[in-house]
Amino acid sequence: MAIKNLREKINVSEAVGSLPIQKPEAKLYMSFMYVAFISLLIGGLMGLLQVFVRSGKFTLPWGIDYYQVLTVHGVILGLVLTTYFIIGFHFSVMGKTVGISEKQRKVAWFAFWTMVVGTVMTAVTILLGEASVLYTFYAPLRAHPAFYIGLALVIIGSWVAGFVNWHQLAVWKKKHPGEKSPLLAFMVTINTVMWFIASLGVAIAVLIQFIPWSLGWAETINVLVSRTLFWYFGHPLVYFWLLPAYMAWYAIIPKIIGGKIFSDSLARMSFVLFLFFSIPVGFHHQLTEPGIDPTWKFIQVVLTMMVVIPSLMTAFSLFATFEITGRRKGFKGLFGWLKHLPWKDVRFLAPFIGMLAFIPGGAGGIINASHQMNSLVHNTIWVTGHFHLTVATTVMLTFFGISYWLVPHLTGRTLTPKLNKLGIIQSIVWTIGMSIMSGAMHIQGLLGGPRRSSFSEYGGTEQASEWIGYQMAQAVGGTILFIGIILMVYIFVKLAWFAPKGHEEFPIAEEEDDAEPTPSYFENWKLWIAITIALILFAYTIPFIDIIQNSPAGSVPFDWPIGRY
Amino acid sequence: MHLHKYEKIWLSFGIGSLVVFLLVLGYGAFWQGTHPQSHGITIDSDNVESNEAFKQENLGVTKVDDDKYIVNIVASAFNYDMGKDEEGNAVKTIRIPKGATVLWQVVTKDVVHGFNVAGTNVNMMVEPGYISSIETEMKQAGEFTIVCNEYCGVGHHMMYGTVEVYE
Repeated sequence: MAIKNLREKINVSEAVGSLPIQKPEAKLYMSFMYVAFISLLIGGLMGLLQVFVRSGKFTLPWGIDYYQVLTVHGVILGLVLTTYFIIGFHFSVMGKTVGISEKQRKVAWFAFWTMVVGTVMTAVTILLGEASVLYTFYAPLRAHPAFYIGLALVIIGSWVAGFVNWHQLAVWKKKHPGEKSPLLAFMVTINTVMWFIASLGVAIAVLIQFIPWSLGWAETINVLVSRTLFWYFGHPLVYFWLLPAYMAWYAIIPKIIGGKIFSDSLARMSFVLFLFFSIPVGFHHQLTEPGIDPTWKFIQVVLTMMVVIPSLMTAFSLFATFEITGRRKGFKGLFGWLKHLPWKDVRFLAPFIGMLAFIPGGAGGIINASHQMNSLVHNTIWVTGHFHLTVATTVMLTFFGISYWLVPHLTGRTLTPKLNKLGIIQSIVWTIGMSIMSGAMHIQGLLGGPRRSSFSEYGGTEQASEWIGYQMAQAVGGTILFIGIILMVYIFVKLAWFAPKGHEEFPIAEEEDDAEPTPSYFENWKLWIAITIALILFAYTIPFIDIIQNSPAGSVPFDWPIGRY
Repeated sequence: MHLHKYEKIWLSFGIGSLVVFLLVLGYGAFWQGTHPQSHGITIDSDNVESNEAFKQENLGVTKVDDDKYIVNIVASAFNYDMGKDEEGNAVKTIRIPKGATVLWQVVTKDVVHGFNVAGTNVNMMVEPGYISSIETEMKQAGEFTIVCNEYCGVGHHMMYGTVEVYE
């Protein structure tokens, strides 16, 4: 009842600064969501199979290989689910804050279908067992060319989507001269600019190295160059997942709890810092590789750690919003304001658990990127535990939190109290399952257990038998998580097709009435992009020339190790 | 741009801690020599025997001095070649006395592999064309599993060995 009253109060003030979403637009945005949630189900099922196999009590039927399942899991959750959800979310907030023209919508559909064709090509190749190379490619293991071509199409489609977003903002700015861009539109632009600059790296690797080599046009491939180009993209990729969650935390959650944005300029500043320090840092994924100069590794470690600053800014802003809102409602004492938070509203609870998970998640990330300390955890299952906390908890629970209102808003339905309750159960199930699974992975990793590995007794050593106990715990956690996925997909289906018709709010927070004006230099895109490129050139030029000049002979392709003949 | 007083304190504390942290890492890396392995020494991966260290007879453990050992290993899908014992059987266990300094040198003949003496900081990527190497003191006695911890194909999890550090 309390939630309903709160909602009604909020609805009164909703109209300010937001545009209605028409049916044809909603159809576009929902198409991205359908792909995202189908991916969640398939990818989750693969995850379940993996934890079963690793328990040692289960063998995959019909000659299916563990690493094929692992490739599906990584590609479909790490690339397909995330990218589709994020682009759908980007389009939704752009449509809501700056609007979309009919022509832009058509180009957006082109982006969607390009991505779908690419996704299907990639998926079929993996399912036929022709691409068990995991999603980080692993040259000189060679997948079927269709795998690389499909992935290139997904990336190109995502670029087109980003170009449409930039055009949407440009059109809006022309109509609103001198006004600052809406916060969410600004954030989407930062994220798509980062995505474009970063994915150029993987696009170059795929187009110039992998496709000609997989087709047999080039005899050899430079493995270290391919890895360096991949990780130039691979780290900003994780920020591409994270920033939409930050958008929701900064600009949507304050509205859901009945508060205001803490500081518009601080939010923009933290996004600008993420743009700067997301890309020139890829070497921290390559710390134990033999061919990169250690001084440049260290320089990129320092640049990596700079993201601590916007992360601290974000943590401060969020909790400041919570406290200010609570005190304004009359809650007193050091922690009294915590009571006001809408714990029974899943639109808040799910992202809030995500925020909490980011505390150990971020701390683990600092350990991973710590130059020499990395040797202790590199390629152990600790790292898998780490990103199941960050992307699979922080990001996913926030995306679920967004879905609870975005899907019914787009389909003209409502989040009923019953579905809200189910969502809360889902969040709790997820938290329990992930605590068990990720916790067991962290411990097993510290004990040396490797990641990306099928069940093995490693010749029966004592260490290996100790690992298997933790793999049993991961199977328990993974099973609970799969129940969470079934619940989430059920809620999605309800919200998309069966929930009662009505109006669900699209929550966008506003600034305080007496907020300080945001400095106009935030609109200086040329400056932000120039600094970003300068940092990339600084971090990569010399070591990259060094890698190329001191390269060994290239590698011929290997097909048989992944079961291709 | 306005910063709240508490936020200034919070950020100063955070950034200050970060600087201290990075100084500690830098001190360890540049002055104490704890850089992760990065030597950039290349090798012909089609003919690893062209390098003296990776000739068949030099694989496995070699004692070079009191408490100083070299271990040479050739990785390939899905096996670590650690040489042969007197009877001509493939060596699967490396034996090292406790407290010895060991230089681990690993190369691959085919795809990318990992080399991790599990539970220690001997943890390296092994990439075609490069010699991966790290020197370490084996301070703890016991049995350690060598695992390939970088995906190398369908038999990846069957690629292992053992290190025995004896008293």
